[in-house]
Amino acid sequence: MDVAFIIETIIKIVVILLVFSALAGLGTYFERKVLAFMQRRLGPMHVGPFGLLQVAADGIKLFTKEDIIPQNVVKPIFKIAPVITAATAFMASAAIPFWPQFTVFGYTVHPIVADINVGILYVLGVMAIGLYGPLLGGMASANKWSLISAARSAAIFISYEVISGLSLLAPLMMVGSLSLIDINNYQAGGIGNWIVWSQPVAFILFWIAAFAETGRTPFHLVANDHEIIDGFGTEYSGMRWGLFFIGEYANMFFISFVIAIIFLGGFGDGTIAGAIQLLLKVAFFFFFFLWTRAAWPDVRPDQLMWLCWKVLMPIAVINIVITGIVMMF
Amino acid sequence: MFEAIAFYLFAALTIVMFTITVMTSQALYAITAMAAGMIFISAFFFILGADFLGAIQIIVYTGAVMALYAFGMMFFDTTRDVVEKRTNPQIVFVLGILAAVMVVAIFVAPIVSNNIQALYPIQEGVGNSQAVGMVLFTKYLVPFELAAVMLLVAMIGGIILAGKKMDKSLTLMAEEEITTMDDSFEPQAGGH
Repeated sequence: MDVAFIIETIIKIVVILLVFSALAGLGTYFERKVLAFMQRRLGPMHVGPFGLLQVAADGIKLFTKEDIIPQNVVKPIFKIAPVITAATAFMASAAIPFWPQFTVFGYTVHPIVADINVGILYVLGVMAIGLYGPLLGGMASANKWSLISAARSAAIFISYEVISGLSLLAPLMMVGSLSLIDINNYQAGGIGNWIVWSQPVAFILFWIAAFAETGRTPFHLVANDHEIIDGFGTEYSGMRWGLFFIGEYANMFFISFVIAIIFLGGFGDGTIAGAIQLLLKVAFFFFFFLWTRAAWPDVRPDQLMWLCWKVLMPIAVINIVITGIVMMF
Repeated sequence: MFEAIAFYLFAALTIVMFTITVMTSQALYAITAMAAGMIFISAFFFILGADFLGAIQIIVYTGAVMALYAFGMMFFDTTRDVVEKRTNPQIVFVLGILAAVMVVAIFVAPIVSNNIQALYPIQEGVGNSQAVGMVLFTKYLVPFELAAVMLLVAMIGGIILAGKKMDKSLTLMAEEEITTMDDSFEPQAGGH
């Protein structure tokens, strides 16, 4: 393990942290604009051109706001919970290839922090730990809304991890590898080789599970404004509350990358055109998160559990069995 | 050198985390420290190059087992300290020491007697998860299948235990129906 490798890795980590923290901030701007246009409003428009500097204004507000720690909370846990959400989101990104390898000044750069051969397992596992943010935050808050939200987040995460895991099993059986780069190379032959054509059911199931794991609108029960105020975030203020947001938006970007790489061919054969295609796919999935928020109401918790255990899980298992039978003969 | 630094760092962190888990009387500290300790244990697998086991350690212990503990903790007030009932601290102390010595002896004995043999060497050109799969489906097939049957039994048992009144949904029932249901299902409660 030489020094150059370590320096390269540190640079990659810093770049990913900076880019995706900035993107998470910009994500809130996109969300407001998209929601506004879908509801025939203008959205943020006063700060800077097209309201672009609204992100900076929000950032300054969050950073300078007083960090209130209420009286009866369990202080260390209350303080560390938002950090867990943000940190696990960025840790999960370590095994995601964001871009095909390219050469700068004769030096080949692999835009992935750690190319471990169990990439997808690692990404899903670490994203699943993101559950501890809402869970511990809610339980430490000494607030009944927060506690309900914590219980819901635990139930939703545990249930929908089953769906995302089972739905991914069928494509992974076809590829025969857990590495995201191998999965990408399996589909390098062009649009006809995308896994979405052979595994449409798994694609839809994983997409649905992605909404649950990022806590986005049809399954936004962990912080449902009209029932439980802001859920686990009720007692938080300032930057600690902001960290929950950064984690949520970073997770949306990372899960969009994962869906695009596994089912829609990723960066293809590794040319610049393929890389730009990957970014467009990610942009589409991110936009779809916002679109759903504008178009769909939230489901009830019991409907959510019904959907998970009585509809999606049997479909996922049947999908695996059929894939296995087809692969055997 | 980096491996040695990483090993001692994670060893210290793991011991500190599990010490907090055992010593604290605050349930939330205990569960957070235990979840963190489980993640630090996965670091050892990654240092040894067993990526698959490391990822599984994170998913199974931190993602599933600890989350279920946390789910169980929803039912009491986690912001209060737990008052432990220590009737006889001497017996606890002696038994604790004995158990610790026994565990150390069990793990040290084969190392001291040089009785450990690597019967299944790593095959060249085979990935981590494939290697685990080969051992699991050849040498350890019977334990693997037994574990699968036990999990199936546990699952059916869980469904049967939790399955009472599952065809009724409280959210879809009217208020009177729920109260009458309470009366009929809990005759000994009385005094509504």
